[in-house]
Amino acid sequence: MSAEPEKPVLSVRDLTVEFVTRRGTLRALDCVSFDVARGEVLGVVGESGAGKSVTGAAIIGLIDPPGRIAGGEVVLSGHRIDNLPDDAMRKVRGKRIGMIFQDPLTSLNPLYRVGEQLIETIRVHTNLSAAEARTRAIALLDEVGIPAPERRIDGYPHEFSGGMRQRVVIALALCAEPEFIIADEPTTALDVSVQAQIIALIKKLCQERGTSVMLVTHDMGVIAETADRVAVMYAGRVAEIGPVREVVKQPLHPYAKGLMGAIPSLEGEAERLVQIPGSMPRLSAIPPGCAFNPRCSQAFARCHVERPEPIAVGNRKVACHLYDEPSFTGSRGEFAA
Amino acid sequence: MNSKPAAEPPFVEVRDLRRVFDVSKPWLNRVLEHAPRQYLKAVDGVSFDIRKGETFALVGESGSGKSTVARMVVGLLPPSEGTVTIAGVSMHDAAAALERQRLRRRIQMIFQDPYASLNPRWRVGRIIAEPIRAFDVVEGEAAIAERVGELLSLVGLHPDDGKKFPHEFSGGQRQRIAIARALASNAEFIVCDEPTSALDVSVQAQILNLMRDLQEGLGLTYLFISHNLAVVRHMATRVGVMYLGRLVEVSEGARLFSAPRHPYTRMLLDAVPDLAMAGNSREGVKGEIPNPISPPPGCTFHPRCPLVFDRCRAENPPVIDGVACHAVNAGREAAA
Repeated sequence: MSAEPEKPVLSVRDLTVEFVTRRGTLRALDCVSFDVARGEVLGVVGESGAGKSVTGAAIIGLIDPPGRIAGGEVVLSGHRIDNLPDDAMRKVRGKRIGMIFQDPLTSLNPLYRVGEQLIETIRVHTNLSAAEARTRAIALLDEVGIPAPERRIDGYPHEFSGGMRQRVVIALALCAEPEFIIADEPTTALDVSVQAQIIALIKKLCQERGTSVMLVTHDMGVIAETADRVAVMYAGRVAEIGPVREVVKQPLHPYAKGLMGAIPSLEGEAERLVQIPGSMPRLSAIPPGCAFNPRCSQAFARCHVERPEPIAVGNRKVACHLYDEPSFTGSRGEFAA
Repeated sequence: MNSKPAAEPPFVEVRDLRRVFDVSKPWLNRVLEHAPRQYLKAVDGVSFDIRKGETFALVGESGSGKSTVARMVVGLLPPSEGTVTIAGVSMHDAAAALERQRLRRRIQMIFQDPYASLNPRWRVGRIIAEPIRAFDVVEGEAAIAERVGELLSLVGLHPDDGKKFPHEFSGGQRQRIAIARALASNAEFIVCDEPTSALDVSVQAQILNLMRDLQEGLGLTYLFISHNLAVVRHMATRVGVMYLGRLVEVSEGARLFSAPRHPYTRMLLDAVPDLAMAGNSREGVKGEIPNPISPPPGCTFHPRCPLVFDRCRAENPPVIDGVACHAVNAGREAAA
């Protein structure tokens, strides 16, 4: 990884998560590797069951038994965090890694005023006094675009609309000025007009504060607008990772190609959508070789037996045998050499 | 049947449909707290036509009244005012009860969540056979079983899948079962309420393609409800845009997306994250949908509207030439 001049804020290497069940061990994540640079938004897309949310949960150490991290490492600003004891991990969580979840109504406590929740979080992670923490909470609410924050800080979550609630959750994630934020489907529960506001807000905060974000969503449109780089996940593995424009406009992996074609667009002709036959395999029945081979139109003999490893193609990495064949004359020569 | 001799009457005619929900506190609270009765106008004067064989889509954000319209159209909910006429038969007129009973077979509905809309204790074959039995479409067990097998093949499943339970299928396959069930009574008009919102994109593409193929093959008419503009653009012949219970714009599908006229439609189209926008930034949208219990006076969109002027605050704009907007009708849109 000498291509990166600056050290990445977060570096995930060969992360593997397994769930031990009565019917055998299920591998939810299988050797997932990626880096997130400072101030960068990494989008993680995939369909349900691809392992997007598990990746987020594994990074912040929220995998509950019977799940466990079976291999690999997570490095945050040069320090390994996946093997920390529970109490040390609790200091990382919230303080150095913030979280934004899908449903703002369930991530806020309905019985406490918004201000109390913000002040509590601020005081846990910093040594500010109650009055200072309140001033800071008001400043945060103002920053995330809540009108009249001095008054709204004493409101209960039910008094806020969906979009405003998600803004409060973002303020809550920013309380301790984390280096890295994991946003798991932050706009999925919101209407389009509000979704656009929240996307703009997350983008603005990243640019102003230099915070890195891992944005997990199934909505390719949200990723296209927000992320700098995108990782397409399939059945617990990263199928393709690279700059967002390249992946969206010219996907390389057959799954990524199918996924982009399957999304109805507002541009161009409303023709027939590209259809990927079948659906994502269950974790208990992942096919041998490449997990995508039963649905892939370009599968050949090797795909059924050998698992493809990520191969560098230009700025991207693709886990597909098509790009490892001698017949392939892509631009990877310059990088592989 | 008062069909005009000149043109063929529309298959579905919705006229000035209104639905008010009483959301008042209980009687005792009203007496003790002197709280007034409160009403929520979920649908406020909606009119549109659906021609045979076309897909009419209703789009809007949550709380705009799309699903309430759909439920009134199929007759699941009585309207407070207004009429729905399908194939010349009123859906709510007591006098037309007998004709309506015959019409029922021709109308079916597909719901959003295929996990909730199929009975988990029934085998798929029985689920699909239910409308066949209820309307006596075919007689005899062997004929029914054969018809169920045909329907399953039609939606891309195997005839033997009828022996399984719904939990043995994935979300996309369940939605196929729901479609097979809707087609079982030889329905002509299908109301689809967010049929793909609960599905993943690759599966959504399969279902949307299937729905289009079935429409071409069987000449179906769809009322398609969705909050996803890209999906609507892909499916619809004509589109109605709803905002706070009112229809603000009705247009041919292609024209709505290439030349939106109502300021809300434009805002909505601007707000949709699109693949084509990769790496670009754009202007944000202001405000949120107001509380429908106390909507703003005049045009309900005026607090968020960039073209607002005095008349918008006082007067509810009528639908003229497919657009309900004072500014557009006064020709102010060109200036903006």
